[in-house]
Amino acid sequence: MKVFVPLDAAARALGADEVVAALQTEAARRGIELTLVRNGSRGMVWLEPLVEVETPDGRVGFGPMDAASVAQVFDGGPLSLGPVEDLPWMKAQTRLTFARCGVIDPLSVDDYRAHGGCAGLMRALGMDVEGRLAEVTASGLRGRGGAGFPTGIKWRTVAGAVADRKYIVCNADEGDSGTFADRMIMEGDPLSLIEGMVIAGITVGATKGFVYLRSEYPDAIAMMNRAVLVARTAGMLGPSVIGSGLAFDMEIRVGAGAYVCGEETSLLNSLEGKRGVVRAKPPLPALEGFMGKPTVVNNVISLATIPVIFERGAAAYAALGIGRSRGTIPLQIAGNVARGGLFEAAFGMSLGGIVDGLAGGTATGRPVKAVQVGGPLGAYFPRALFDVPFGYEDYAGQGGLIGHAGIVVFDDTADMLAQARFAFEFCAVESCGKCTPCRIGAVRGVETVDRIARGDASAIPLLTDLCDTMKAGSLCALGGFTPYPVLSALTHFPGDFACAREAAE
Amino acid sequence: MLDDQAILSRATEIVQAHQGVEGALLPMLHAVQAEFGHVPQAAMPALADAAGVTRAELHGVVSFYHDFREVPAGQVMVRLCRAEACQAMGGDRVAAQVQARLGLDWHETSADGAVTLEPVFCLGLCACAPAAQVNGRLIGRADAARVMAAVAGGQA
Repeated sequence: MKVFVPLDAAARALGADEVVAALQTEAARRGIELTLVRNGSRGMVWLEPLVEVETPDGRVGFGPMDAASVAQVFDGGPLSLGPVEDLPWMKAQTRLTFARCGVIDPLSVDDYRAHGGCAGLMRALGMDVEGRLAEVTASGLRGRGGAGFPTGIKWRTVAGAVADRKYIVCNADEGDSGTFADRMIMEGDPLSLIEGMVIAGITVGATKGFVYLRSEYPDAIAMMNRAVLVARTAGMLGPSVIGSGLAFDMEIRVGAGAYVCGEETSLLNSLEGKRGVVRAKPPLPALEGFMGKPTVVNNVISLATIPVIFERGAAAYAALGIGRSRGTIPLQIAGNVARGGLFEAAFGMSLGGIVDGLAGGTATGRPVKAVQVGGPLGAYFPRALFDVPFGYEDYAGQGGLIGHAGIVVFDDTADMLAQARFAFEFCAVESCGKCTPCRIGAVRGVETVDRIARGDASAIPLLTDLCDTMKAGSLCALGGFTPYPVLSALTHFPGDFACAREAAE
Repeated sequence: MLDDQAILSRATEIVQAHQGVEGALLPMLHAVQAEFGHVPQAAMPALADAAGVTRAELHGVVSFYHDFREVPAGQVMVRLCRAEACQAMGGDRVAAQVQARLGLDWHETSADGAVTLEPVFCLGLCACAPAAQVNGRLIGRADAARVMAAVAGGQA
């Protein structure tokens, strides 16, 4: 009997390891030989730990499983979900980047290849550099870390730079609250990220790659380190990638708990062993990046999407999406939701469709009050903006950003003044200190929100003025975007700021 | 307890094991902290030498990052997520309860050295919030009772 139990950190945080132990005991008691695979997560976190059993008709699921209920895996019962692929959450997705996540054994190269792995790399090896660059450009892929810069243009800049060494740096410093796509793919399908980095390396002429992975993800760190060894053994990494004569190898580096190191120039400083302070641009990292050499800095999801673009062709990828937001985006639905998890879909879904439809409203059963999109630097959206389609420009047009596509739902008990205060507090804790608007502005922001909370309405114009200064004067997104959550809270939920005033009067 | 000479000697070995690594300072600091539970002052000369920076510059790097500790943590490390997704699921309430039961504020270690309480901004468990981590073990949909049970388990 072949059984799958996720090793994903969320599944483990919900008791997957205890379920494994109970399954083994139960199988032994019944005299059944168990073949256990620790897969990644399918992304249906409300069903985790999701146990799957292989049958002639496909894999059937049981969840959310707990150690006391494992007999149901053998006998059936109320936790039985039927074929996993037929669950509405699975059927409604367009899983490209996450096609293998939750399906395969993350460290089995055979599994990986059997599910389309390495097909993109093989096609890329059959092209010349110009062909590869044209493919990435034609896919319309933009930076999935949040900035949305066209990946093809970045790669072309590095490819055209002349230097003795170039680097591929993967930004795996996924610090935004509400996001876990990087973690899930690194734990569930790490070879896809490695394959993407290899394609990036052979395209721009880099022979060395780094994954800068946040220390808060110990499971992902362990998995990526093992996956690099597996990839070397399989010839995906090394002096001659798949016998092509082209060299590429990589290392996993661990961050040290600084949110700002998710900003690409801070990350590069950190990787060089320095304080993770932001660098002024120009020079662009594409020309003077790691150790002053031309460097591609891409997010995990950008790089992990490269293989499927080469496997299926740029046109197939670019056919999905809206406007200048092409392809798919892994939505991460989190916070106060009935059904939370990862849902990969073409750009264009409405926020209401995501929150009311997919997520099924709040976990507490109370009305949705606000939805923060794009992490701690993203705007809070009220229900009145639930028709906004999910796309880079569409969100920018509403004073927000899609960021890394984290969606955090709050019910009507949320205090938006407190959320605005937290945005400044977080910025103050995490500011690298390089530029004044961020370093000082965040601290003054907390004080100003506190004045409003005490009933001082004259502090409101001061708050908007401070936000303008931070937006215009900060070196990076930390100081520059902290105004998004603050101003959106003030604009869309003025009652939470006025109530404080009335209470004081 | 190691004396300063023993710490420096072990730190020198760690540093030597990182020869040839590009941008080796963070990997070395992680290795030193894994060895001693913090980054001891006695290890600083070896690290500064290897990285080619002054003691002051090294202090600048070590103090920049939340992870690196100047003093050892307690026997049990409790980390509670304070970020938005966990706030939306009552993370602040859970944190207040855990603080009260441990008698600790953020960044504090109990007088007997048993428990340290640290905030963390996101463990990537945002779809099963609030999240906690006790001695490395992750807890989804955390409440004060489950966190305290894990603390008791860590002390046993």
